[in-house]
Amino acid sequence: MSTENLPSFAALAVGEIVATRRVEVTRDTLVRYAGASGDFNPIHYNDVFAESVGLPGVIAHGMFTMGAAASVVEEWAGPGNVVDFQSRFTRPVPVPNPGQAIVDITAKVGALDSDTRVARIDVDVVYDGAKVLGKAQALVECA
Amino acid sequence: MPVNADAVGRAYGPNEPYEVTAVKIREFADAVDARSFAHRNADAARVEGYGDVVAPTTFAVVIAQRAEFHVIADPEVGVDFSKVVHADERFTHHRPIVAGDLISTTIHIDSIVQRSGIATVRTRAELADADGAPVATVVSTLAVREDA
Repeated sequence: MSTENLPSFAALAVGEIVATRRVEVTRDTLVRYAGASGDFNPIHYNDVFAESVGLPGVIAHGMFTMGAAASVVEEWAGPGNVVDFQSRFTRPVPVPNPGQAIVDITAKVGALDSDTRVARIDVDVVYDGAKVLGKAQALVECA
Repeated sequence: MPVNADAVGRAYGPNEPYEVTAVKIREFADAVDARSFAHRNADAARVEGYGDVVAPTTFAVVIAQRAEFHVIADPEVGVDFSKVVHADERFTHHRPIVAGDLISTTIHIDSIVQRSGIATVRTRAELADADGAPVATVVSTLAVREDA
């Protein structure tokens, strides 16, 4: 956390949407994430392998989706200011070839703790009309 | 092959420290579309109050997953990686990760729960800097199918 750039606690209200982003996930996205993260599980780039383990085809890394959600919160909170972020991976995001999977991310204020000036930011991540992350919650210390 | 529930409490590491570089932070920021210049430029990071380029929120997974490999690779734990689904993840940052950090990681097996043919294996990676001060805690849960 940096003290230079914290969001203002007083300005926040529970339920307020603080950031949104639409992410278009392609096979290129997944290859880039695999290289950057070091997660080379073939279910994220190889259709034949993915189908052999019962998946409909290549799916996005859960950690890609979580990372993309974190980026939306962090753009609002300021770099390095998300002190805690958790998520469950509840549904896969299949990524077609060619084409893209459209993922909509909405970050809103879930709770405010006036003693610690910590905002809980709840993140909805929706693909094909259903949430793909469960209990995606970030904690942000505010000024 | 079933997972060995007696492996709870095992710990691995720390092994060779992970050197955090500005190039890797930028590459990761590009991959998750973390847009701040503070992930890319040391001067921009200093404006935000950091000593060098600062990592995005989930960057610690790069370090934690290397440590988790020790759990998966331990034959006495018995995790079949082809039957693994990532169930959940949590990052708790004790301080931001910045370029130049040398991170040592110890990975702990905190719980193994077996139910209805699924073993749920929860690990905890404790990341510390070169002075031994805590940097981040990364808790990860894997669901492992145990059916034949």
